[in-house]
Amino acid sequence: MESVSPITLRRQLGRVALPPAPAAASAPSTIAVPRPHHPLALSLACVLVLFAAWYAVTALRWIEPLFLPPPQAVWTKLISVGGEGFMDATLWQHAAASLARVTLALAAALATAIPLGLWMGLSPGARGVFDPLIEFYRPVPPLAYLPLIVIWFGIGEPSKVLLIALAIFAPVVIATATGVRGTDETRLRAAQSFGANRWQLLRHVVLPSALPDILTGVRVGLGVGWSTLVAAELVAATRGLGFMVQSAAQFLNTDIVVLGIFVIALIAFGLELGLRALQRRLVPWQGKA
Amino acid sequence: MVELERVVAGYGDAAGSTTVLDQISLTVPDGGLVVLLGPSGCGKSSLLNIIAGFVPLRAGRATVSGRAITGPGADRGVVFQDDALLPWLDVIGNVALPLQLKGLTRSAREAQAREFLDLVGLQGFERRAIWELSGGMRQRVGIARALAADPEVLLMDEPFGALDALTRERMQELLLKVWRATGKTIVLVTHGVEEAVFLATDLVLLSPRPARIALHLPLQFGRRHADGEDARTIKSLPEFVATREHVLASVFEQDPVLH
Repeated sequence: MESVSPITLRRQLGRVALPPAPAAASAPSTIAVPRPHHPLALSLACVLVLFAAWYAVTALRWIEPLFLPPPQAVWTKLISVGGEGFMDATLWQHAAASLARVTLALAAALATAIPLGLWMGLSPGARGVFDPLIEFYRPVPPLAYLPLIVIWFGIGEPSKVLLIALAIFAPVVIATATGVRGTDETRLRAAQSFGANRWQLLRHVVLPSALPDILTGVRVGLGVGWSTLVAAELVAATRGLGFMVQSAAQFLNTDIVVLGIFVIALIAFGLELGLRALQRRLVPWQGKA
Repeated sequence: MVELERVVAGYGDAAGSTTVLDQISLTVPDGGLVVLLGPSGCGKSSLLNIIAGFVPLRAGRATVSGRAITGPGADRGVVFQDDALLPWLDVIGNVALPLQLKGLTRSAREAQAREFLDLVGLQGFERRAIWELSGGMRQRVGIARALAADPEVLLMDEPFGALDALTRERMQELLLKVWRATGKTIVLVTHGVEEAVFLATDLVLLSPRPARIALHLPLQFGRRHADGEDARTIKSLPEFVATREHVLASVFEQDPVLH
């Protein structure tokens, strides 16, 4: 019933994307879904070992700093790029430019993807029309259609935002439509028997039913969107983390490249944690009822 | 009053069609508690779904207070076996939902919802989450919610089917209390013979598919409990036991597999 679609969807997304397991005190589940636990100590140890190895190979001069700068060099760059800047902007300005693009793209994608997903979930006709279109562009790497977008929309800011928005759009539409189709028939009937009209059914039953799936779609979409950032900032950008990494690469400033990669990864991680918290807050019933 | 005249229902198309209900005529009197009893898959839930307006008729006439049934409506409240509560709303949010759909303000609808929660014995549970409740409590919320819509008829589809035996008995008594307090007309579907004999003012036994009315018994045990007689005492009365065995024998007679 209602538990089937979110579970299969979550399975497709892999175990990493699963929300944290509810406390052991909750009722025993009827299906044996493996509960992920958080081996935090193991994760931390792994990161520490990697850093230690990084430090060791650079300190022992096994690898040239040009190919892999030592951690302390990256740290120094963090201070200098954070303070004085690189390519006419500080690290924070680069990060802010990228975040602004992604935020704008996210807003545009949600404003279009959620209504379209609702429509596709409710109407087989709409699904028939839009499903092939979305499945056509979704697997194409953004870099492949970037030239076309530049030809159509120029090299300005709209093209960059559009590229990221397109990346976020598909997973959100698909997740929304899946969530809508998974709406429990009995709950719809219940609301109908209390006199709900079509709009009220949508507002009080369909939308809340789809919300867990929508949020999962947003998590996936934001991940994809953020990773499209570097591609979006390839063309005629003057600010942004992706632009910073590419410029640094052209001057063989490997330390700034590594710094940029770290900042991009940390922001993505922060966004993911934030969305997980939002999911726990907005859909506390997920997996329970 | 619900009136069914030679109602025919089924599913499938012209190529392969199954008749589920065959020429059922039934009158549910105002204030009555009609129990539809029958073996699994006999079509008793289909009959309830027709009254609820979830399933269209193939032939015949179905009316509520003289108005033809064309779809679901607020004049018929439904209680489902799997409660169908909305987990994104708390207990009082669920009970107040029918009033919210009518456009009542928050304070007005919550005041009314509180009354129905009191009636089903759930005072103090207003702000609890649905998934924190036991099966019996969820059904109480479901009953309170259906009552909040102030329907003419309360339709209950195996409402206690998923509950344990003890909770089930408690819920039967609660239902009779609610019935007496509100005076609602109730149509209840069950496969429990004892439950049917205990609750019904009109016990309607359906034959296996295509369902026809095999037995129609007027009974008084539920009314007697509502009037104050102890439930266990009623269920041990010789006349209760005799009726139960008679109905049980009719059920077995109806079913070629069990027979």
